Amino acid sequence: MDVVTLSRLQFAVATYFHFLFVPLTLGLSVLIAIMETIYVRTMDDDYRRMARFWGKIFLINFAVGVVTGITLEFQFGTNWARYSKYVGDIFGSLLAIEATTSFFLESTFIAVWAFGWNRLSPKAHAVTIWLVAGASSLSAVWILIANSWMQHPVGFIMARGRAELADFAAVITQKFAVLTILHTLTAAYILAGFLVMGISAYHILRKQDKELFVKAFRLAVTFSLIFSCFEIFEGHLHGALLHTTQPTKLAAMEAHWDTQTRAPLHLFAIPDPENERNKVEIGNVPLALSLLATHSVDGEVKGLKEFPKDERPPVFLTFFSFRLMAGLAALFVLLTAIGWFKRKKLESSPRYLKIMLYSIPLPYLACTMGWTLTEVGRQPWVVYGLMKTKDAVSPIATSQVFTSLIAFIVVYSLLGLTAFYFMTRYARRGPEPAAATN
Amino acid sequence: MLATIWFVLWGVLWAVYFMLDGFDLGLGTLMPLLAKNDIEKRVVYHSMGPFWDGNEVWLITAGGVTFAAFPTTYAVMFSSLYSPLLLILFALIIRGVSFEFRNKIDDPRWKTLWDTCLFIGSFTAALLFGVAFANIFKGIPIDAEGIYHGNLLTLLNPYGLIGGLLFVFLFTVHGALWLAVKTEAPLHERAGSLAAKLWIPLLGVAVIFLATTGVYTKLYNNYLEMPVLLIIPVVTVIALLATRIYMAKGDWLKAWFASSLTIVSATLFGVVGLYPALLPSSLNPAFSLTVYNSSSSTLTLKIMLVVALVFVPAVIAYQTWVYVLFKNKVTEETLDYDEAY
Repeated sequence: MDVVTLSRLQFAVATYFHFLFVPLTLGLSVLIAIMETIYVRTMDDDYRRMARFWGKIFLINFAVGVVTGITLEFQFGTNWARYSKYVGDIFGSLLAIEATTSFFLESTFIAVWAFGWNRLSPKAHAVTIWLVAGASSLSAVWILIANSWMQHPVGFIMARGRAELADFAAVITQKFAVLTILHTLTAAYILAGFLVMGISAYHILRKQDKELFVKAFRLAVTFSLIFSCFEIFEGHLHGALLHTTQPTKLAAMEAHWDTQTRAPLHLFAIPDPENERNKVEIGNVPLALSLLATHSVDGEVKGLKEFPKDERPPVFLTFFSFRLMAGLAALFVLLTAIGWFKRKKLESSPRYLKIMLYSIPLPYLACTMGWTLTEVGRQPWVVYGLMKTKDAVSPIATSQVFTSLIAFIVVYSLLGLTAFYFMTRYARRGPEPAAATN
Repeated sequence: MLATIWFVLWGVLWAVYFMLDGFDLGLGTLMPLLAKNDIEKRVVYHSMGPFWDGNEVWLITAGGVTFAAFPTTYAVMFSSLYSPLLLILFALIIRGVSFEFRNKIDDPRWKTLWDTCLFIGSFTAALLFGVAFANIFKGIPIDAEGIYHGNLLTLLNPYGLIGGLLFVFLFTVHGALWLAVKTEAPLHERAGSLAAKLWIPLLGVAVIFLATTGVYTKLYNNYLEMPVLLIIPVVTVIALLATRIYMAKGDWLKAWFASSLTIVSATLFGVVGLYPALLPSSLNPAFSLTVYNSSSSTLTLKIMLVVALVFVPAVIAYQTWVYVLFKNKVTEETLDYDEAY
């Protein structure tokens, strides 16, 4: 394998792994903040215990998120030096702004929150977790603006052999970024909601601290239902935007080969990139692709054949990751809607509770598929239309990257196993006894 | 002008990172020498507990600012220093999760595992930061294309190793002083006397470093051209001596501040000597990356400056508030009331 492939694998390992922890940080911080706010408002001790209980899981998750985040920032320099040189003027500044405005706030106040239970008034303590939640979401905003710029570069001029910033406002307010931010944050909120529902379901089934967990489940189910519905609507806008911004990604995720108006949508297909067609197409919905992508049945949707072969993304992976993600998103609406109707009689719905317990991994899968679609679908470009991935890599020895890739796989596997083991253990153990109030 | 301002800020960010995370890395390195039993170990962890994460963000910001303000330097520096940098990152990973994982299983072998990780992670990071920066001061073999002609062993040259040792001693003294501030007898006494003992080799290494800097680097050229700048190394020497004087007086907090000043001014001594280069080439000075040939566009530097002027003072304010909020001494009694560790 060459440096490009190894560096891509390494970046994939590092980002996928990092993003196993990020969405929970984004979402659970908000849910814990809501729990603590309810506690401050009502002085119902269940909500304080709830916040502390999920706080323990949150802290383990947060620690792994933090330590694996630093490597990502440095990897642009270590493995993607040519990329960094080419776009650092824009991309680098967004990362620096993220650190300055968000990471400091997040990392400083999570410590205050963790160590401050007895030092701060309940109100001030609730404020600290809101600060953490706000800072986490803000950091997502900046990093997603940076990612969106790679997907759809705007507000720059080419000067001195690189992309230089010309219009900062255009970079931070472009539609692609706004939609990506909404999409990712919403996904994170759904994921956290499902975790809270799943763990609550486990305890309700075992009749431990039932009252507390019924309250937690109700809170999470409403939260997740709202965001699951919003995600479908937002995801549609997001996909439609690709029509103008990333036509190759749109064509690949729909396995759409020939440019046409009144284009149909295939619910399922097996793409055959060799022969530029689909081997199998099942469930063709007439006009649907044109309608979804252009909001008009007569809209023209470019097919993959429109683009040179070396500018098309891998069709299989792009197509299936999209199908899986979208299917899961629909399932989340269904599950949360059922849950919302059952919210007053949860205890008498053991089968539903069991399904929710085993659904915990599904939003993780959906997030992973979402990023696969986003990043694989952008190939062969690292910056869409501007720089190819193969031209972005550092001038370093293959052996170096090979060694570090192995190290990443070993260290991260151990880290992941340990973290998930502890999260499961604390989840099973349940909250501290009510008597321990102080 | 704008690029020069960012050069100074770049140096200051690294200096503040070394000052803050320096005591965490130093304490992690000293853990096996300082703490005799589990309770003492937990006290050591707690003395860093609410701070280490916030401290580490200064590293993320220093890295981010290198990327943002000097993208070409970021690209060449980080890819040239590939192996040491990834070693540092892995070291920081195992250091960071030790805090979270250690107290999760009540088994001495489990705890020993993470105490060892804390030690290895802290020591490796401290040593390699020193090696990396000494090599930056000295210059590394990069060609006109910014391609590095060397390997990890190239960096482990005598001057690089002296730099590594200097950082290890600076950080361990700094960490021991922090613990002396944060604890009571017997840990307090042990930390204080260890700081005093470590100060002697620190002084030795510092003298060797300053002398060999004249041999291996061109850092002194700027000082010869503008003698007024000599105030920086003079401050370093005075701060280093003051650290020992305050130790003798038993004023541990002041000793820690003096040690902080030593670290900050020592870093700035190197950075100011480098100017206008950020990464000198040892092959040919014309290949060096400088504020002139590696900085970002004026617009980017301006926007970044506005962000920095608004947010960095805010960061300093709330981080100071956190240090004050958790200013109490860590004792066996306070452990029971706190989270984790």
